[in-house]
Amino acid sequence: MRPPFPGTPDSSEKSANLTVELETQGVSVYYGSHLAVKQVSLKIPKNHITAFIGPSGCGKSTLLRCFNRMNDLIPGARVEGSVIFHGKNIYDPDVDPAEVRRRVGLVFQKPNPFPKSIYDNIAFGPRVNGYQGDLDELVERTLRQAVLWDEVKDKLKMSGLSLSGGQQQRLCIARTLAIQPEVILMDEPCASLDPISTLRIEELLKELGRRYTIIIVTHNMQQAARVSDFTAFFNTEIDDEGLRYGRMVEFNRTEKIFNSPAHRETEEYVSGRFG
Amino acid sequence: MNTLSSGGSLLFRPRPVFQRRRDQVFIWATRIAVFFSAFLLLWIALEIGIQSLPAIGRFGLSFFWNTTWDPVEGIYGAWPQIYGTLVTSLIALIVGVPFSFGISIFLSEDFLPKSLRLALIIVVELLAAIPSVVFGIWGLFVFIPFFRPVQMFLYENFNWLPIFSTPPVGPGMLTAGVVLGIMIIPIITAIAREVLVAVPPELRAAAYAMGATRWEAIFGVVLPAAIGGMLGAVVLGLGRALGETMAVAMLIGNARGIRVSLLAPASNIPALLANEFAEASDEQISALMYVALILLAITLLANIIAELMVRRVKFALTASRE
Repeated sequence: MRPPFPGTPDSSEKSANLTVELETQGVSVYYGSHLAVKQVSLKIPKNHITAFIGPSGCGKSTLLRCFNRMNDLIPGARVEGSVIFHGKNIYDPDVDPAEVRRRVGLVFQKPNPFPKSIYDNIAFGPRVNGYQGDLDELVERTLRQAVLWDEVKDKLKMSGLSLSGGQQQRLCIARTLAIQPEVILMDEPCASLDPISTLRIEELLKELGRRYTIIIVTHNMQQAARVSDFTAFFNTEIDDEGLRYGRMVEFNRTEKIFNSPAHRETEEYVSGRFG
Repeated sequence: MNTLSSGGSLLFRPRPVFQRRRDQVFIWATRIAVFFSAFLLLWIALEIGIQSLPAIGRFGLSFFWNTTWDPVEGIYGAWPQIYGTLVTSLIALIVGVPFSFGISIFLSEDFLPKSLRLALIIVVELLAAIPSVVFGIWGLFVFIPFFRPVQMFLYENFNWLPIFSTPPVGPGMLTAGVVLGIMIIPIITAIAREVLVAVPPELRAAAYAMGATRWEAIFGVVLPAAIGGMLGAVVLGLGRALGETMAVAMLIGNARGIRVSLLAPASNIPALLANEFAEASDEQISALMYVALILLAITLLANIIAELMVRRVKFALTASRE
């Protein structure tokens, strides 16, 4: 058995500024009887960007979807352990998953705008959440935040699907910002984008990271190194029966993970000597 | 020396003559089958058109608004039947569409375990397998007695409305329309469900991720994306309702002339054709062909519109996945 993995980023310096936004306590996820992620305990710092990295099948996306209960939608998925948000386990029976998702937004891997106008794409979330303020103003503000306003301000009535892939993804980010979440989850948001669009999204992320708690899953280690403040490395493990599951190896400040990781497998992965 | 020599003549051996012949025979057989079905449609339309020429020449467009159908005097006008066709179909849609949409939404979501859902889908689609004449008999002996209290209620409480102004006799416009409505449920449900299932799951997931409840996701995202195709399904159901014959002929009461009351016996085009063709003579045949031509035109139009609507939406939905 390995030693218990650190649940908090190394706190030798600067830790005084960190508040915990989200905390997982022994979270395991099963699909049917199959264990996908085993016993993850970590604390996500507020108003910072945390990256989840690791090889395919290590459970990083699965864990990400625990933070806003999107796993509820997958038949047969089951989550053990607790995810603490504002002192409350979001998996408690009295918690409304729709409320969790409003406060913890998710941007998907593939841009998936609604087949509606650009305006209505943004307005959908505020509308279902009973937004009382000025919707026009909110649409403009979030499109500006997502650095899309100048490109679409003259065609808000056009379909969101008429935009390019990179624009669609920024629209999806704007749409998520419009529900005014406290946390934004991003599941490989640049996986289907070209390098230039990727760069723009990364710049946007760094900007947003000052005001929002962001968790980003990425396959791209350079991306994690570029944008994130903290990094959690996940790896796959094979159990006694030969089944593969994911677990968290190490969680620390990004520069620590990339420059002086505590675990040999982390070092092998970030230096490309993996597998 | 190039090791990848392309000199070997064994690489592209011509296909055996037998294989080529066999393929050609097959290709031509399928081509003939396709062209034959297209030809059949044209032929039927053409034949009906030719045979209705005498009636068209004699009655012209007044056929559409003339209300007398009198084989004895040789005066023909089809307005009561056209009116009956439109009204029964409208009643059918009013009855059938809410049920169909409800069922298709219910069966496209995961309210039920998959196996039970599949069983229900099959049951609904089997409704379409019930022969029209069976619906007619069921209508006469089961539905009319069952429906009678409803008709009495409508007459007793709403007879100030012209459409409920006559005492119900059993068969009539309303009875036929309601049974028609039941008969078109399977086709509308099947197509509408197909369109709903074609809505990409990412869109649903996105709606949930914005904090939408299931109902908000269905009504705010899934239905708006699918609605064009679902309306196409309705038009397809309309096409079915317009042309449905046997059950309607048994339930509509086959009265001449127009009565505003839906509780009174009436007639429509299919019922007229079914009732009169067997004993029709020269000019009457031509008049019936004229009516048939009108019906054919309406149903063809409905089906073409429906097909276009469903295709466009399904195409748009599947294209947006890429």
